[in-house]
Amino acid sequence: MEAHSSEVFVIGLTVFFLACIIGYYVVWSVTPALHSPLMGVTNAISSVIIVGAILAAGPQGFDTSKIFGLIGVVLASVNIFGGFLVTYRMLSMFKKKTKKTKEKE
Amino acid sequence: MVAILYLISALLFIFALRGLSHPESSRMGNIFGVIGMIIAVFTTLMFKSVLSYYEIGAAILIGGAIGSFIALRIEMTALPQLVAAFHSLVGLAAVFVAAAAFYDPVAFSIGKVGSIKTASLVEMSIGTFIGAITFSGSVLAFGKLQGTISGKPIVFKFQHLINALIFLLIIFLIVLFVINQSPTIFWTIVIVSILLGFLVVIPIGGADMPVVVSMLNSYSGWAACGIGFTLSNNLLIITGALVGASGAILSYIMSKGMNRSIINVVLGGFGGEQDTSASKDNSDKIVKQGNAEDAAYIMKNADSVIIVPGYGMAVAQAQHALREMGDILKKEGIEVRYAIHPVAGRMPGHMNVLLAEANVPYEEVLELDEINHDFPMTEVSFVIGANDVTNPAAKTDESSPIFGMPILDVEKSQSVLFVKRSMATGYSGVDNELFYRDNTTMLFGDAKKMCEDIVKSLSA
Repeated sequence: MEAHSSEVFVIGLTVFFLACIIGYYVVWSVTPALHSPLMGVTNAISSVIIVGAILAAGPQGFDTSKIFGLIGVVLASVNIFGGFLVTYRMLSMFKKKTKKTKEKE
Repeated sequence: MVAILYLISALLFIFALRGLSHPESSRMGNIFGVIGMIIAVFTTLMFKSVLSYYEIGAAILIGGAIGSFIALRIEMTALPQLVAAFHSLVGLAAVFVAAAAFYDPVAFSIGKVGSIKTASLVEMSIGTFIGAITFSGSVLAFGKLQGTISGKPIVFKFQHLINALIFLLIIFLIVLFVINQSPTIFWTIVIVSILLGFLVVIPIGGADMPVVVSMLNSYSGWAACGIGFTLSNNLLIITGALVGASGAILSYIMSKGMNRSIINVVLGGFGGEQDTSASKDNSDKIVKQGNAEDAAYIMKNADSVIIVPGYGMAVAQAQHALREMGDILKKEGIEVRYAIHPVAGRMPGHMNVLLAEANVPYEEVLELDEINHDFPMTEVSFVIGANDVTNPAAKTDESSPIFGMPILDVEKSQSVLFVKRSMATGYSGVDNELFYRDNTTMLFGDAKKMCEDIVKSLSA
């Protein structure tokens, strides 16, 4: 049991460090002009924590844990919808090209 | 199967960030992110233990409606507050998930009530701790950005010592919690961490907010990671690490933009009114004042203009009027470009979003190192709502608090137009010697009004 759980932990740790390295390179490639949308997207995806909240809210009946889970689902959903939508709004503003602005004149 | 679907979801999240390397690919990236999230949610709903679809569906609808409503209504100038508020929710959600796991460990297969695995307890309490700090820190940051709480840094005696002691107390509580698994101690950890979150952000002043917002962004990622370890869920670990890394890099870029270490920002207390009066006496120096017509005349006769926007432009909502001014100048055949300092505004990339909102093509918006060498060849620099990021004292005056900070070299252009509300010093409390130079013309007034007046004079 103990050996097993420590193995799981090491796998988690491996995934963690590899993900940090990927994150490092991917984020440095983000153009500074899009740093605000970057915060919007990371905010939305960090709400993937909803996975944990759904697991807690999953069982039938109503106990403390389920209520906490449901609150978690609500909070995370605010972020998921809000984060992606606000990012979408920001990014669609970056769409306009020189051409279009001239046409508008 | 579940693991594969989670992996696909994690990969889509990586592509979502990767897409942001260019505005053209970024929208596709955002769609990848949405798809990844949908896969993650539906995969979890397929779990055998997940049965209460109605309650979960209702919770998602409620949250989704609130989130969509806010995201669609928010003014682009209020983005920093919004992001801070969203961070606080991630932190709070992490606390609730950890609490749920603690009260019903069977649902997460991490043991039984009263005999949860030690490793899970440690991971759970770390997730809770970071989540609670993220929550309260973001709430306070939101208040400061929104203006409900004074943006001035609040500094008191033994601040750092108190924070350090509270941190030690939390470690002690976590050890205690792992040993006796008491709910009382769990909630004590939550409350003390919330307190620490407040104390950490309280000494940090308004213009350091870009660093704070990115730091809290990073924390929200690490909180997700902590929960990921508790649940042995690779998707949460990967996503948390991506977000954590992203926030950390942004904090680093922002601190570097101010030539300060992250630690220095975190310790806070920068920029207040400490030694405004003690700084060099400039009261006898003469300032050349001008009005909108002078500005219009100067710019009309130039070949090239570089516009340097700052937080003042955001406050005055001047971006649309500014773009209009730029358009007229361009029609006159004048080269117009925008120069963005990394720490201009209240969050990373703040100015870029506002200019994009006002329809300024992103090709005309350049970063500090892309445009700085062009100032000597430029006739007019039009500084609007920025101050410290143009202050030459950062290069010359070793005693200045902003010494060493990279600045936009507007002083090298032939003439400088400075739109400002009054002669007040910038955020750092440092006087700007640029105001007193011969080639500088000060345009006092509201940034938006000034741009509109210049537009009028230009079209007249």
